Amino acid sequence: MTDRRVTLLFAGITGLTIVVLVFIIGYIMVNGLPGLTLSFLLESPREMGRTGGIFPAIVGTVLLTGIALFIAAPVGILTAVYLTEYTRDTWLPKVVRFGTESLAGIPSIIFGLFGFLFFVIYLDLGWSVLSGALTLSAMILPTIVRTSEEAIRAVPDAYREVSLALGSTRWQTVTSVVLPSAKPGIMTGVMLAIGRAIGETAAVIFTAGSSLRLPRTLLDSTRTLPVHFYILAREGISLENAYSTAFVLILLILAINIAAHTIMNRLTGKER
Amino acid sequence: MTETEAVSGRGTREDNNRGIPASGSTTKISARNFSFFYGEHCALRDVSLEIRRNQLFTIMGPSGSGKTTFLRALNRLGNLIPNTRHEGSLKIDGVDVYGKGVDVAELRRRVGMVFALPVALPMSIFSNVAHGPRMQGVRHPKELEEIVEKALRDAILWDEVKDRLSDNASRLSGGQLQRLSIARVLALEPEIILLDEPTSGLDPISTLRIEELLWELVERYTIVLVTHNPLQAARIDSKTAFFLMGELIETGSAYDIFTRPKDKRTEDYVSGKYG
Repeated sequence: MTDRRVTLLFAGITGLTIVVLVFIIGYIMVNGLPGLTLSFLLESPREMGRTGGIFPAIVGTVLLTGIALFIAAPVGILTAVYLTEYTRDTWLPKVVRFGTESLAGIPSIIFGLFGFLFFVIYLDLGWSVLSGALTLSAMILPTIVRTSEEAIRAVPDAYREVSLALGSTRWQTVTSVVLPSAKPGIMTGVMLAIGRAIGETAAVIFTAGSSLRLPRTLLDSTRTLPVHFYILAREGISLENAYSTAFVLILLILAINIAAHTIMNRLTGKER
Repeated sequence: MTETEAVSGRGTREDNNRGIPASGSTTKISARNFSFFYGEHCALRDVSLEIRRNQLFTIMGPSGSGKTTFLRALNRLGNLIPNTRHEGSLKIDGVDVYGKGVDVAELRRRVGMVFALPVALPMSIFSNVAHGPRMQGVRHPKELEEIVEKALRDAILWDEVKDRLSDNASRLSGGQLQRLSIARVLALEPEIILLDEPTSGLDPISTLRIEELLWELVERYTIVLVTHNPLQAARIDSKTAFFLMGELIETGSAYDIFTRPKDKRTEDYVSGKYG
């Protein structure tokens, strides 16, 4: 009897979660869908975004997230390799782990403040795609290091022993055996990082600015989708367009998730 | 290859059994007062022994006798564990394994190892065997195919897997997997093959197949086999060493060790008093 009650309780809680999720996405969809046309996606905004489209913001979002990932993913994964494969039994991984865990818990606005003071002012990069991307990469680096480290640590030692016993060097073992085995876990971490970067507002508004123009160089200011709908809603410019922008952002995140899963399945599927 | 010519027809059961050195026999592995430590713990104490080229040499002893430690010292795999050290000398072809300037990767290519638990690298059957040669820089597909086929044939696995070389290796059975491990080592054309209780997880039929295989391989390789099972040592019937608590108690032909052991402890072990 109690088993039944517990099952019901859990079913109820799960149902609640789904209801909340469906409600939020549904609400945004209902409000955002009417304004979502092809010209909204492909045109530049006019009158501060009251009319026109969001094309520069889509470009800005993809650029910022892409560059941030391009910097943070290799650095993060190689750091994780170094910590697990080369310095495993020393104090270094423990210190770095503590550091990355602390960094991962820091509110993004602090990264924004740091990026503003260091990249924008001290390095004189101004409000730019580059400042924003560098700040975002610093913000997602801990996530990538931490998840990659977990994934690499989970690779059985027996694989390493076999590979080493076959006359491979340590580096050959890492690239040919360890990283391929850890790939699904590393991909999950990278996906989490993308999710964190793409939805970021506070750190970006401080460092990339909020220009409505299409960025021509990496030193131009830009605005991302979250910043755009934050400004649209906050300054009461156009609530309809804010909802449409939010909906585009959700679709973008969904598309990236599906693409990443497809790529991952194809990569790991080939091995089997 | 030159070594094989020089010693052809030596690794026979007769020679190994009776312990009669065939003419021109040379020492492949020699340990002199070799000790190995994990931190303060002495796992191997003052071991001195010689293993001839193309000899099948069996090391038997109970758990914790240091037999695996000895095996792992030969390809320096024991050094992966931090805080280890050794004393005395351990030589292969007269060159100290722990000498300065020894290329560890090259040493491990020459001294292949088969582990107690058969492990499939997370890749295809083909890639498992091709892994070693690939890491040595063999890239040409045709050449790799030839190496893989020869290694699988030598390990008596070819007929069972030739139609599914691209399958993931983890689908093989335990016995097949252990022969795959042997093929993986053979693909590197090593000089010495170390086997650490290679049949401990296998059924009796798979075990017999591997034991038979060893007698074929010893024509071309020097083989060191570790086993905790005296019955296996008796079946294999080669030159045998008995290890106990990190010490080498005695060596001799399996026949001598089992019928007239010199040491009381050996007698106790082969008659099943401990182990």
